[in-house]
Amino acid sequence: MDQLVAYLPLLLRGFGITVSMALLAFVLACVMGSLGAWGQLSKWRAVRWLVMAYTTVVRGVPDLVMILIFYFKMQALMNLVTNAAGWERVDVSPFVSGTVTIGLLYGAYLTETFRGAALAVDVGQGEAATALGLKPMQRLRLVTLPQIVRQALPGTMNVWMVLTKSTAVVSIIGLSDLVGVAVDAGRSTREFFWFLMAAFLGYLLITWVSQLIFNRMEQRFDRGFTATL
Amino acid sequence: MRYDLLIERWPLFAEGVWTTVQLTALSVAIGFCIALPFAILRSRRTPVASPLIAGYVYAIRGTPLLVQLYVFYYGLSQFDVIRDSFAWSYLREPWWCALIAFSLNSGAYATEIIRGAIERTPKGQIEAAKALGLRTWQVYALIVVPSALRRAIPQYGNEVVFMMHGSAIVSVITITDILGAAREFNGRYYVSDEGFLTAAVLYGLLTLLIVLIFRALEGKFLKHLRMR
Repeated sequence: MDQLVAYLPLLLRGFGITVSMALLAFVLACVMGSLGAWGQLSKWRAVRWLVMAYTTVVRGVPDLVMILIFYFKMQALMNLVTNAAGWERVDVSPFVSGTVTIGLLYGAYLTETFRGAALAVDVGQGEAATALGLKPMQRLRLVTLPQIVRQALPGTMNVWMVLTKSTAVVSIIGLSDLVGVAVDAGRSTREFFWFLMAAFLGYLLITWVSQLIFNRMEQRFDRGFTATL
Repeated sequence: MRYDLLIERWPLFAEGVWTTVQLTALSVAIGFCIALPFAILRSRRTPVASPLIAGYVYAIRGTPLLVQLYVFYYGLSQFDVIRDSFAWSYLREPWWCALIAFSLNSGAYATEIIRGAIERTPKGQIEAAKALGLRTWQVYALIVVPSALRRAIPQYGNEVVFMMHGSAIVSVITITDILGAAREFNGRYYVSDEGFLTAAVLYGLLTLLIVLIFRALEGKFLKHLRMR
């Protein structure tokens, strides 16, 4: 078990990679989810169809398959670009392609969450804001958006948790995240079990902290909806 | 694109589909057998069992399936006690490791689904059962469990799709499931698109199949809840 101490810096690095990848992918997923929700509520049929195709395709295929397809496709695309421009070969890193893939994947799930949240806010809220003379941007920022966020928080928390666990799969294309480091260290020290347990606890830590943060956020966005004595 | 090769090598993909279906179905079935008693114990808040089950559910749901699979495939082989025991003849087989890890995983998620459904049982149903003079175990066997399982069907459908998609990681521990077949195909013919895209389509079709099966189950078992 003392091997664990020797590998602690590497494990911490892996943990950092897991967390930063999850955060970056989550930001991308939120952007895609907002665009998707906006598209699904759009008045143009073509846009609605496009979003539907995106969410249906993405949710029918395992994350690992998507990650592998994107990894090879992005490299092929990059080769085309660098060849055409006459540059040297640029390698697409597992981190970049994994982050992009996971972001796009979970954007599809957030599309559904955000759409549901937007529909759950009473139309009267927006109308009242207009009646008060607020401009469209003010209406969104001050009245409708805070309420959409409140409705979307539980679902978003769920997607965040699944997304974080999904990043583990990127170790399969060679990323040295928490799992990647644990497997490498386990192989070279022949102490697989303890390193995998360290990874296990690392993910539990992320879960626990995320729950604390989301609970606080839920409480904050629930102000005005709960009576306080 | 070399789709002629794909047609030639269809038995490889057929084997992959069979492995994926088998592994998913068995894991979900074993998971259900774990989940039902656990969910009942949880909903009754039994002293020792309930917190233990809660811990199991939290640990499984808070960590990636890949790590859980590795613990059984790589982790346990570290201990001589296990290597010398009778269990080793199973635990050295990737297939058994995957089945154990996936069953435990599905069991944890299903425990939460069924527990939720049990706790949302309308109060009137239980009161009516008690008024009829049923004993506690009869209330569970005849009223609460059948009613909760029906209401759990939609969420259970999601869990099955989730398990099927999650099972794609077994290709990493040398099992030829759908993705395993795709990787073997790609490796043999030095291509990347054909195998993976075929795998994506096959997974998509299986997803559709699961969704349709569960929609049919909902139609059959949740008929009484549909709005007229």
